[in-house]
Amino acid sequence: MTVSVVQFGGSNCDRDAVRALDRVGVDAERVWHEDGLPADSEGVVLPGGFSYGDYLRAGAMAAHSPIMNEVRAAAEDGVPVLGVCNGAQIGSESRLTPGAFTTNRSARFQCEDVFLRVENADTPWTEAYEEGDVIELPIAHGEGRFEIDDAAYDELVDDDRVLFRYCDADGNVTDEANPNGSKGNVAGILGERETVAVLMPHPERAALAELGGSTDGQGVLDGFA
Amino acid sequence: MTAYTATVTVRLKRGVLDPEAETTQKTLERLGFELADLRSADQFEVDLDAESADAAAERADEMAQRLLANPTLHDYDVVVEERGA
Repeated sequence: MTVSVVQFGGSNCDRDAVRALDRVGVDAERVWHEDGLPADSEGVVLPGGFSYGDYLRAGAMAAHSPIMNEVRAAAEDGVPVLGVCNGAQIGSESRLTPGAFTTNRSARFQCEDVFLRVENADTPWTEAYEEGDVIELPIAHGEGRFEIDDAAYDELVDDDRVLFRYCDADGNVTDEANPNGSKGNVAGILGERETVAVLMPHPERAALAELGGSTDGQGVLDGFA
Repeated sequence: MTAYTATVTVRLKRGVLDPEAETTQKTLERLGFELADLRSADQFEVDLDAESADAAAERADEMAQRLLANPTLHDYDVVVEERGA
């Protein structure tokens, strides 16, 4: 399994993703977006960062770069695709997943650790956890507020496509525990296939024990194992 | 072909929280201005040549749908005018 970590101009979590995937036993390499997606990619990570300087809207420009046509085609063939932070914004802008990530309720860039409740443990990205588990991951974003119209939100919930919700340390999904004003405290969702997922928190920044923080992110990366 | 300018205005849908507008409003109030509400919008002026104003509007509309606006968040409108010689 070789996972392609797509590097756009302004990506800055691509190296971290490769390192963290290596730690969970997944071979990964960085791929410059202009070089196209290697035909033998067995997985794709859209990493965090500030692709194209967040011009227009975070992720909007990268979503229309030619490599994203290849990523969409791979996703439709069942290749696992994970978008993290800016990668989540790119995923939603390219319609890999529904809804949008937009300006935080605070109108500020927020860099902090958050708690997430696992909403559905029956997906490749969450099967390392149990439903209801509380994990701790860092966020670092200014445009992470999940917005979606009510009908599409109800459909997401009915289809069990919410992966994580922001919560407190005890797993209570409250407004106080919602760092950015996301609808329903949603932090991560599935696309139409369970092999496609996006989330704003950074699992790759919580995967190496020697950094001294949480290693709860390993379970998400296990989705590629 | 005629030269046109298509002005595309992209606004947040009613009901979508606009933290930047709220912050801007608070700052205006801090400066002593009285105002009831404030909404922000992005405006794009696209110079293009087309067979007709309708054709120019149609092209600008597609630009809005595919890139300039995000349908989850935004409404938009397009106004086309002939570009002065």
